[in-house]
Amino acid sequence: MKPSHAVWIAATAAAIALPFVHRDPYHLHILVLILIWSFAYTSWSIMGRFGLVSLGHGGFMGVGAYVTALLWNHLAVSPWIGIPLAMAAAGLLAVVVGYPCFRFRITGHYFVLVTLALSGIVLQVITATRDYTGGSLGYTPSRTKGSQLLALQFDDKVTWYLIALFIWLLGLLIWRVIDRSMSRHAMEAISEDEDAAAAAGVNVTAEKLKITVISALMTALAGALYCQYQMFISPDTVSGIAVSLQMVFAAIVGGIYVSFGPTVGAVITILLAETLRIGFGTNAVGWDNLVYGVLLVLFIIFLPKGILGSLAEGLKPQRRPTLPS
Amino acid sequence: MQAFLDIFDVYLLEAVINGILLGGVLALLALGLNLIFGVIDVTWICYAELVMIGMYGMYFLVQAYGLPYWLAAPLTILLVAALGAALHLIVIAPLLSAPPINQLLATGGVLFVLQSFATVAFGINFRNLGIRLPVLAFGEMNFSYARLLSFGAALFGMVAVYLFMTRTFTGTAIRAISQDRHIMSLMGVDTRRLYLITSALGGALAGLAACLLVLQYDVHPFVGLTFGPITFLICVLGGLGNFIGGFIAAFIFAEIISLGGLFSDLEWGYVLAFAFFIVMMFIRPAGLLARRR
Repeated sequence: MKPSHAVWIAATAAAIALPFVHRDPYHLHILVLILIWSFAYTSWSIMGRFGLVSLGHGGFMGVGAYVTALLWNHLAVSPWIGIPLAMAAAGLLAVVVGYPCFRFRITGHYFVLVTLALSGIVLQVITATRDYTGGSLGYTPSRTKGSQLLALQFDDKVTWYLIALFIWLLGLLIWRVIDRSMSRHAMEAISEDEDAAAAAGVNVTAEKLKITVISALMTALAGALYCQYQMFISPDTVSGIAVSLQMVFAAIVGGIYVSFGPTVGAVITILLAETLRIGFGTNAVGWDNLVYGVLLVLFIIFLPKGILGSLAEGLKPQRRPTLPS
Repeated sequence: MQAFLDIFDVYLLEAVINGILLGGVLALLALGLNLIFGVIDVTWICYAELVMIGMYGMYFLVQAYGLPYWLAAPLTILLVAALGAALHLIVIAPLLSAPPINQLLATGGVLFVLQSFATVAFGINFRNLGIRLPVLAFGEMNFSYARLLSFGAALFGMVAVYLFMTRTFTGTAIRAISQDRHIMSLMGVDTRRLYLITSALGGALAGLAACLLVLQYDVHPFVGLTFGPITFLICVLGGLGNFIGGFIAAFIFAEIISLGGLFSDLEWGYVLAFAFFIVMMFIRPAGLLARRR
């Protein structure tokens, strides 16, 4: 066994053991939020790192959350079936929007604007179908009495912590699998030069679509889990342009080119939001986003590789042997 | 049955004309965004938020300081133009050599800043100007003066920009830059100054749109989200940087929204416009007026 594997296993074991040692519900709540959002940010970075900047992930997340909740409330479909259906819906949406984009070479600004419109439209649909979704007032999945596995509703934070931990690890695993696959090389070639990649035999449309659908499926899962955990969703918290930008912000702050970058971003953004919330109380409305926005601009100007990415880069030259002059 | 159809036709005609009137303002927004993109090669994600700030500017000038509308409007246009220039100097200029996506995301950060600034400074209440313009009855159809005025002013603004771009030296230089930015700096043109002028002009167009939209809509910090996505769709459908394409696309979208809103809620009009947009991407991926390869 390689030493790195041993570290991984020890760290995972410690993370699993944590809630049984430290049971403070508020701390566990923050941890669950960090883990779920880390997973969402990781899923954004999976395509963001290849230059596929999407501002439509708020839309995918909204579909994941709302489809799961609507199926449960109106048709009594268990989230165990509802979540895969919601993910399928988000995947389908990704194909419908992604295919023409990739097939007809809609890249760069165009792609960002199209996906931006997508998250705006999902928000509009949720608001327009207010008879079913509660519109901008938000929506609550029907409560069961106590914890129920079938309804995926648990009262204790420990269960949720373990679920979120599992999902977060799954996200890192998917990142790792993609990082070691041929797709990564194909996508890197595409992000450098699409024509050259196509000439070298890369199926540009298929590769891009694959990454986008994986990313959309993961984001929908994150949305559904967030809905099941919080038991309240509103268009502002799980869909729309603000959520998309929040994902971009967190991922960029942490660093989109390293697997733990989005997690670092989630830790920073959520702790920041909580600190502001506690510090300012109810006056905090707006302040957290103001700080987010200023930081996002500053990071893009001064630290585009993110905190973790810049750290990793800063550490590298030290390992390099000094060349004789 | 026949009576029902008659009424229906009147409503249909009214919706069509209202669509044209809406199209004027949308075309104005698209023009501003296209101008920035065509010249500086940057997309201002926060464009609709500039409009929102302008609407607040109008609200405070008219309501709090008691200025008449016609005096407040030029002040607002100047304010938003200054904001556009500041946006360029503070955010875009340091990023000009960075990958284009970084500039776009930085303006996304500005979107957050403007939205939350409005939330913090003005609260989340809906506010309106308190000016109620009369309604023009034409046959059985009703049109609000606010929409007619907006349409006229939007057309006026667009003509003014067109004349500026074609008849003045600075305008010609701006058009030249949009064709080849590297050559122009070799020709001794101060690109930094022209970028600044273009940003201020884009801001001024957003300010004009704000003066017009504030007559029809209530102001709140998230009002930008109502026009933002649709403006981006218009610009992409028309071809980013393509002024005429954006102009045509604005009217197509306005008709879809207006007619969609006639049969159902206004939100469904937006959804329909998006569906139309997806279909159009298959048919004309590079924009309405692009030649097929």
